[in-house]
Amino acid sequence: MIADLGFFALLVAFLLALYACAAAAYGHWRKQARWVASARSAAVLGFPLLTVACASLVYSLVNLDFQLQYVTQVSSHSMPLYLRATALWGGQAGSLLFWSWLMAAFTFAVMLREWRRDRDLEPWVIIVTSATLAFFLALILFFENPFLRYWQGITGTVWTAMWQPAGAQPYIPMDGNGLNPLLRHPGMIIHPPMLYIGFVAFVVPFAFAIAALVTGRSDDRWIRVTRRWTLVAWLFLSLGLILGSRWAYDVLGWGGYWGWDPVEIAAFMPWLTGTAFLHSVMIQEKRGMFKHWNMLLIILTYCLVIFGTFLTRSGVLSSVHAFAQSAIGPMFFAFISLTFIVSLALLNKRWSTLRSEVEMTSLLSRESLFLINNLLFMGILLICFWGVVFPIVSEASGGIGRAIPALAHIFTGQRATVGPIFYESATGPLWAALLLLMGVAPLAAWRASTARTLGRTIWKPFIVSLVVLAGLLVGGMRNPLGLLSLWICAFVLLVTIYEFWRGAQARMQRGENPLQAFWRLIGRNRRRYGGYIIHLGVILIAVGIIGIEMFQQETQGRLAVGERMHLGSYSIEYESLAEFETPDGRLVDRAVVNVYKDGAFLTQLYPRRDFYYESQQAMTIPGLRSTLENDVYVLLVDWEAVSASSATFKLYVNPLVNWVWYGGFVFIFGTLVASWPEAELRPVRQRLRAANTERA
Amino acid sequence: MRRLAVVFVLSLLLAACVSSPAAVPTVQGTPSADEVNAVAKNLYCPVCANVPLDVCGTAACAQWRGQIAELLAEGYSEQQVYDYFAAQYGQSVLALPPARGLNWLVYVIPPLGIVLAGFLLGRNLARWKQSAAGAADLPTVDDDYARSLEEELKARR
Repeated sequence: MIADLGFFALLVAFLLALYACAAAAYGHWRKQARWVASARSAAVLGFPLLTVACASLVYSLVNLDFQLQYVTQVSSHSMPLYLRATALWGGQAGSLLFWSWLMAAFTFAVMLREWRRDRDLEPWVIIVTSATLAFFLALILFFENPFLRYWQGITGTVWTAMWQPAGAQPYIPMDGNGLNPLLRHPGMIIHPPMLYIGFVAFVVPFAFAIAALVTGRSDDRWIRVTRRWTLVAWLFLSLGLILGSRWAYDVLGWGGYWGWDPVEIAAFMPWLTGTAFLHSVMIQEKRGMFKHWNMLLIILTYCLVIFGTFLTRSGVLSSVHAFAQSAIGPMFFAFISLTFIVSLALLNKRWSTLRSEVEMTSLLSRESLFLINNLLFMGILLICFWGVVFPIVSEASGGIGRAIPALAHIFTGQRATVGPIFYESATGPLWAALLLLMGVAPLAAWRASTARTLGRTIWKPFIVSLVVLAGLLVGGMRNPLGLLSLWICAFVLLVTIYEFWRGAQARMQRGENPLQAFWRLIGRNRRRYGGYIIHLGVILIAVGIIGIEMFQQETQGRLAVGERMHLGSYSIEYESLAEFETPDGRLVDRAVVNVYKDGAFLTQLYPRRDFYYESQQAMTIPGLRSTLENDVYVLLVDWEAVSASSATFKLYVNPLVNWVWYGGFVFIFGTLVASWPEAELRPVRQRLRAANTERA
Repeated sequence: MRRLAVVFVLSLLLAACVSSPAAVPTVQGTPSADEVNAVAKNLYCPVCANVPLDVCGTAACAQWRGQIAELLAEGYSEQQVYDYFAAQYGQSVLALPPARGLNWLVYVIPPLGIVLAGFLLGRNLARWKQSAAGAADLPTVDDDYARSLEEELKARR
């Protein structure tokens, strides 16, 4: 009954999304506002309907309605209540429904905004958002229906169908397979929703961009309207990536947080173009330049969001993060192709009306430095994109080799793997350049700056950064790449802090105390100083990445009870190992390991291996001691069965890795500051109120 | 043109840098777990979902690591171990595809893209440089906030 309700809500939401597209198009064509209003109402209704559909599925999951195929696939008796509920996004069909629900929520929110100034854009925003929603709902209804039930025929054959076939009886398995062990982690409860919100929220700026292209509006209205939407999308996407990294660090037992896995990269690519877009729109707002570029960036971002979803869900790539192979791949491919081609065709049509209002005049202007920033982001995107698609290209090209035997030695059809070393080596220099630019570009003036003006702003931080470099050398650091990258971080950090100091100093002249000056400095110019805070977060993250990437140490060894293994100034001692079962269906082998630093006892860690009976999968959970200086990360690799007289451990010392997470907090805080409504808006409201009172 | 050549050479250097993972010295005697892992780091198990061999927890991968240890003990060099695994299980086990045939595109496309972007940027460079020469005469379009900040700081001095 509940499942029927969910399915009907889903079906009606799909029909309404189709209707919204048609009504908005008709209303625009016939210039009849009532049709557009009707389309808006239909678009708004999608959210409550999909809320009903999601709630029905969650209800079935929580109550273990195993007649539903989806519930059997991702839930089980042994799972705690919160995991049963979050299993909504633990499988292909449920996560597609969840994706659509979020999409409908954003459509709902954008439809409720004040449209008076943007009547011409409205129908096209409805069409783009509703078409995207309709596409996802079609995938759910026709390919990945989470409400399908099991039925059993007289012969004992079990199959799935929405409603009872003739002669069949309901089939209810005794228990389900349970959630993939990798997903039974607090990080996995929050990470997918954050990532999905980031993904779906980008549909709003994209919809406005397409609306501007269709209607031929060449002003920057669409950018101003969507600035906060874009920041929200970017905030959640960043949060999703950071949480995903933390999850990988805690659960995957790699000793690291980022494995350059295709699915990780798929989520990272829209972030790259989104970040470039956020920088580039400032140029259009301020100088009326880069109009084509901004359109292209938002089209790319949206298409990469869909492309990432396609990679994760089609099964074309092998990844720990991917869902199983599915029939939806070709549909996704067709949708991405259609979206990309139509968007580019529209951009081409409006090319001449989107010309820059002014020319670039100097290499040392803020706009030119932002352009270089954008090109660097695009360079990293190219490397990531090519690394992700090459395995598919190498395999697919086998057809050419088979068709033309002379070329068979080139087009072998053998699948290639592109591992982390490719991405790290190829993107490293570009990241360094980006980091350096992050410190300098915001200080350059619009239109034209001179080396002298720029030099005046940065010479003091530059000198102090050289002192930091000298300190690192005196401290014994000899890795040239490490020194260079940490110097860049120190320089950019100092430049940014100096900017805060200069601003606060100016306010202190007005008699404000330092705390007031600092607080009001940020409050009165949130976009600028929010941006600087984001940059501070990025520097902290960069320091963490440099620490683990360049200075990580690792060793592996088999230890008898009481024996020690050494790594740098640390050593670990194997004390004991216990095996026990847990109520949630795990067989746990947990070691007790003592950690020493320079021979002195530091702490005790408990690395373990969890074996899940339901899925027959094992998880390696590290024992972890975290400080700002480093993490001691111990993995239990193997052990002597029964006697546990010896065990194999892998020990990592990960310098500075915690800076990644703390940097993430600063980064998120900065984004919140930058996206918070400006204080200047308040007097406007006050003025309006005053005017109304006067009139009364 | 000279600038373009410099960018091109740098890109080729980048490509060369990407295509050569750090070498592990040939092992004498029984290899340690660290020596095995240093080689396993650049190999992938074809049955696992994109997890490097040195950190993969499956029994199959443990066997593979054992095989690497045996090969190293027999005197195989790091490259010979990679070649052996690629011959046995296909090139997909290698963390980087060998630079031959279509695989060259892995190493050539990104530098070419960067060269192209550099070229497009460089084409406009001369024009901007000319403008920059006269930048002292050009009025800068600073935002109101930055201007007022500079003025206040100047007044303090």
